[in-house]
Amino acid sequence: MQEFVFECPRTIDEAVTAMAAGDARALAGGTDLIPQVREGRRQAWRIVDLKRIPELTAIAVLPNGGFCIGAAATASAVARHAGLAATYPAVAQSAQLIGGVQIQNRASLGGNICNAAPSADAVPALICHDAQAVIAGRSGRRQVAVEALFRGPGQTALEQGEILVSILLPAPAAARSAAKYLRFTPRREMDIAIAGAATCISLDAQGAIAAARIVLASVAPTPIRAPSAERRLIGERPTPALLEEAGRLAAGDARPISDTRSSADYRRSLVAVLTARALADCCRQLEAEAAQP
Amino acid sequence: MKTLVTCTVNGEERTVLADSRDTLLELLRERLRLTGTKEGCSNGNCGTCTVLMDGAPVNACLVLALEVPGCAITTIEGLSDGAALHPIQQALVDHGGTQCGFCTPGIVLSAKALLDANPRPTDADIRHAIAGNLCRCTGYGKIVEAIAAVAAAAAPER
Repeated sequence: MQEFVFECPRTIDEAVTAMAAGDARALAGGTDLIPQVREGRRQAWRIVDLKRIPELTAIAVLPNGGFCIGAAATASAVARHAGLAATYPAVAQSAQLIGGVQIQNRASLGGNICNAAPSADAVPALICHDAQAVIAGRSGRRQVAVEALFRGPGQTALEQGEILVSILLPAPAAARSAAKYLRFTPRREMDIAIAGAATCISLDAQGAIAAARIVLASVAPTPIRAPSAERRLIGERPTPALLEEAGRLAAGDARPISDTRSSADYRRSLVAVLTARALADCCRQLEAEAAQP
Repeated sequence: MKTLVTCTVNGEERTVLADSRDTLLELLRERLRLTGTKEGCSNGNCGTCTVLMDGAPVNACLVLALEVPGCAITTIEGLSDGAALHPIQQALVDHGGTQCGFCTPGIVLSAKALLDANPRPTDADIRHAIAGNLCRCTGYGKIVEAIAAVAAAAAPER
């Protein structure tokens, strides 16, 4: 491994100063960064460990009922947080898909975002819920939709010297809203998704779909929305035929490539199936919710 | 760049001179000579180097030595002095849950973390807990049976 300077700031100001020194990489769980540096796939002359900054590892309930997830909070902490799991189950469940237990005890949602793999499992559900990223730099803080952070594989909109501080989940939607993320991996555990789909729908008082978001993983250079599928759902009552049609439209919205893990055609077929299944799961959640006394 | 790192290893406070590039795995095996923790893939896939960090299983190859000051690390040497086996180790022996044995230290520590948190796991819980520990001899069935037997003996069904 190359030589590097290791810094362990205790405050965000100290972290931003350390990051400004150039060629610095922020370290959260290290499950991506450490092998990348060891194998020479990423250079880092300075590694800035963010885990000793309390705000970066905290998970807080906001006054509006939303959540603030510290960017370095572990996937295990996210999955175990009872309030978060009850309000945003798709986010908590997605965190449990990242690697095995050992990885989840280190890996963070912030790292999953900043590593910017198109297959990142934590990301689609966050975009479905319109999560916002809080970013700190030398000129202060700014807030950007998580959806707008991705520029390409391994590339984010973070400027040199900026760090991701936290991820904000908005106030929970009114009743009759559900979300689900499904992915396909050739192996059941310890594998990378060759396609994934997160869906989120809200029903109006008449039972028609009032809002829909569909986010696809591993089928474009970044996580992407499936706009034609989303549009098709609005104003309609969910039926099996409608959900399948939305799946086909999402497959058309996907821009997959063929690589060693899957062909583009197979990825596209998977998008149709996963989208329809995730939507069906949302409908089942809504039915179960409606059946509760 | 060398730095002094102080952490608790198997209940004992240890101070080690570590290079900034050392991983926790290197700190344990090469600086402290605790070679019970095995090096497999060294990139976080196989789980062979699993140790407990503040009670939670982690891949020692994915933790920098400089990240551990103040942490409590448990390695396989912390479970048994070699004379009397830990119940999980004994169960793996009794059920034939080891073949080549290379993944065994990591499996034992993953199982310990599981049983500490969940004394009555289902088979699915056990399989999930050891999903990050690859056994290339593929003796998973007997490993799962062994862990289930430890749970059953410690917390009999009412």
